[in-house]
Amino acid sequence: MEVGQMQRQWMGYMKSLFMEGFLDGQFLQLQQLQDENNPEFVVEVVSLFFEDSERILKDLSFAVDQQSVDFKKIDAHVHQFKGSSASIGAQRVKNACIAFRNFCEEQNIDACRSCLQQVKQEYIHVKNKLETLLRLEQQIVAAGGSIPMMEWN
Amino acid sequence: MASPQNFASKLTALVVDDHKIYQKVHQKMLNNFGVKSHVVENGKEAVDIHWHGKKFDLILMDMDMPIMNGIEATKELRAMGVCSTIVGVTSRSTEEEILKFMEAGLDDYQEKPLTIPKLTSILHKIINSNPI
Repeated sequence: MEVGQMQRQWMGYMKSLFMEGFLDGQFLQLQQLQDENNPEFVVEVVSLFFEDSERILKDLSFAVDQQSVDFKKIDAHVHQFKGSSASIGAQRVKNACIAFRNFCEEQNIDACRSCLQQVKQEYIHVKNKLETLLRLEQQIVAAGGSIPMMEWN
Repeated sequence: MASPQNFASKLTALVVDDHKIYQKVHQKMLNNFGVKSHVVENGKEAVDIHWHGKKFDLILMDMDMPIMNGIEATKELRAMGVCSTIVGVTSRSTEEEILKFMEAGLDDYQEKPLTIPKLTSILHKIINSNPI
């Protein structure tokens, strides 16, 4: 596949991620920060997000499984995850965290357990999407092309 | 994308945040403006670095941090006589929480995540209030 075609494929994929609500404008900000001094910036930030997320989800699973549930602790973890997902523009994960926090406030453990599953699902979805996007970017760069700059209104 | 002109290259900044992603993103934003930045992980480290004689033109202060949070750290820094521009940057957004944070001694408050236009405005304010 020639570079122009790859770039168009990348643009189409990015647009779909925004249209389907997986990513928001914060992700574009990350791309704008990337430059020749730090060409791997987006990959580094996304990798940090993956590491952070795995750790938080592990802590959350442990916390909701306790006999005596500490809703404050669960809320603290969800707050962290919300911040983490917002920082890279993972909009659906962030929104799932907002809903989760509401149920923590209500101290509704069944709803919290359901929310945890929802948050996990959304994280898995966005992780797969981001990995695909970054793979496309690697292919473009390997073929001698550059990543197009997107603006989102 | 071409980097912004380094109009703020004489400024220094301290990023106070326990979250690795925000540390990285905020530091990169500052670096892209030519601002020399330092990162610490909580309010106590921010206070300690000032006790050691360091000064910064701008402090980006998160609110929720372990050991010492942003409210306590801001109060301590002001009590020490630190006159830097302190901008609270947090994902908390109830009016009560924002007011409490502002009353600790902030010059400004911004909701996370910080954006390039917001940071541009903050840096311009600092430069304009300290003309050479």
